[in-house]
Amino acid sequence: MSTNHNRPLSEVEIRVKALESLLVEKGLIDPAAVDALIDAYEHKIGPRNGAKVVARAWTDPDYKQRLLVDGTKAIAELGFSGVQGEDMVVIENTPQVHNVLVCTLCSCYPWPTLGLPPVWYKSAPYRSRVVSEPRGVLQEFGLELADSVQVRVWDSTAELRYMVLPERPAGTEGWTEDALAELVTRDAMIGVTKVVVPGK
Amino acid sequence: MNGIHDLGGMHGLGPLVVEANEPVFHHDWERRVFGMFLPIFATGTFNVDELRAAIERMGAPAYLNTTYYEHWLHAYETLLVGKGVLTQAELAARQRQIAAGAH
Repeated sequence: MSTNHNRPLSEVEIRVKALESLLVEKGLIDPAAVDALIDAYEHKIGPRNGAKVVARAWTDPDYKQRLLVDGTKAIAELGFSGVQGEDMVVIENTPQVHNVLVCTLCSCYPWPTLGLPPVWYKSAPYRSRVVSEPRGVLQEFGLELADSVQVRVWDSTAELRYMVLPERPAGTEGWTEDALAELVTRDAMIGVTKVVVPGK
Repeated sequence: MNGIHDLGGMHGLGPLVVEANEPVFHHDWERRVFGMFLPIFATGTFNVDELRAAIERMGAPAYLNTTYYEHWLHAYETLLVGKGVLTQAELAARQRQIAAGAH
């Protein structure tokens, strides 16, 4: 482990280095396995996966049906499965119903399709408020919903992970699946924003 | 278990801060904490439910004043020491060595 630092290590940095170095020395963990996991979630697994699922659902009605009936299985058809996505439920936004996700107790989030959650999703302000005043929280994300739209907040359990199927934006008729996937954002699949066509 | 982690509906926890173009990790130590979770689980010492329970047992001030990956780190230390894989003394000794640039 390098000791060539330009600044003193913080307390938390010291704790992490101490823990990892002891576990490696005892032969309990392999630093290469740690590196591989970091690389996977920093560079490979992220919301582009979920965007492909959404674009497929928008262009293939049979796939959409399968996705809403058995999210885990339909998502696995596109090759996305594994840790924190073992039991997936996909919920559809419509002009009448807007869905938004939270994990009030923790930070549960569908990793295979959305990657690791942003800090705000794990934060106390979001987890505490989105269940009691969802419209106010959505407004802070720039999403104004008409009073006639019903808002449903889905709180994850220890095993089950939700993902929102956003509404396909108007004016995208005839677009390819790839072009549609480009429009789909992480926040729209959490349900704090809608999918929009840039410039419209 | 009821506790501070059960945040739904609680008031007064401050403004919602959303970072634009947020990176997956903010610090290298966060990468290491994240990357250790599956290798540690693979040792069979504890599972994800125990990890979560260890975080839920943090006191309220510590829970609210530390970040997400600090919660994980706390749980790793607590469970690895609690289950006898490491001792508090060897962790503390190694921390002193690293702080002194001697490891």
